[in-house]
Amino acid sequence: MKAAVLVFPGSNCDRDLAVAFRAAGAEVTMVWHKEDALPAGVDVVGIPGGFSFGDYLRCGAIAARSPITRAVIEHTHRGGFALGICNGFQVLTETGILPGALMRNAGLKFVCKPVDLIVETGDSAFTSGYEAGQRITIPVAHHDGNYVGDADLVARLSGEDRIAFRYADNPNGSVADIAGILSENRRVLGLMPHPERAAEPAHGGTDGAALFRSLIGALTPA
Amino acid sequence: MKARVHVMLKDGVLDPQGQAVAHALGALGFEGVGDVRQGKVIDLELHETDTEAARAKVREMCEKLLANTVIERYDIEIG
Repeated sequence: MKAAVLVFPGSNCDRDLAVAFRAAGAEVTMVWHKEDALPAGVDVVGIPGGFSFGDYLRCGAIAARSPITRAVIEHTHRGGFALGICNGFQVLTETGILPGALMRNAGLKFVCKPVDLIVETGDSAFTSGYEAGQRITIPVAHHDGNYVGDADLVARLSGEDRIAFRYADNPNGSVADIAGILSENRRVLGLMPHPERAAEPAHGGTDGAALFRSLIGALTPA
Repeated sequence: MKARVHVMLKDGVLDPQGQAVAHALGALGFEGVGDVRQGKVIDLELHETDTEAARAKVREMCEKLLANTVIERYDIEIG
């Protein structure tokens, strides 16, 4: 099972993400943003957290127009898997792979702390290691995590069971307490919290590990 | 030829930064300030000499990069 982790200037969670993928059993290749193709046979693309291009213009906006991102869009159109965490989620909304947008936190502060999430659906490769309704603790670290979408979009996400995680106590003002959403084919997940920062005991919590285990497990031939 | 792009959050999209500015103005004793909205101004220098061609090109830039049309609107000034 092969994973690619994208690296943009300003990415800072790329290595943590690679460690979490490897710990779950994936073979990981780091891919610089100027590449215009993904390594052959990649099953899942990880778009890491950080501050790609210094958050200039809008968070994720310039990364979303990088050469490698065009390859990621094609990968997802072919039904490939992708996981965008924090800045990676912002990149996914900027490309249009995931709907909606991420705005400045309602409280204007950079929020950096462990938060409780409610797993809203177990019906995806990313969340099948959890029970729907399960409460887990995962750290957030962002300034622009305030998910916005109009009422129609929120109703659609909810009706199609595409809200993967909600905040138990909303830290950023996001609509409907949304912390992470799935694409229509359920193969792309974008979320603001950092499961790779809660993946081994030394992190102070391991609630994020099941995400990587279930994803890698689903993509590894039996 | 010069172009100026104004990017603003769409009406109805909550602007927490604008609200903070409004609050700070109130704290400084400025009365009578209603809603405050904060946006961006982007100045571009273009080699294009035809006004309409320049406008069309800048519009494409806005749609592809300069604005996130999910939450933002833009206005273009040419010249």
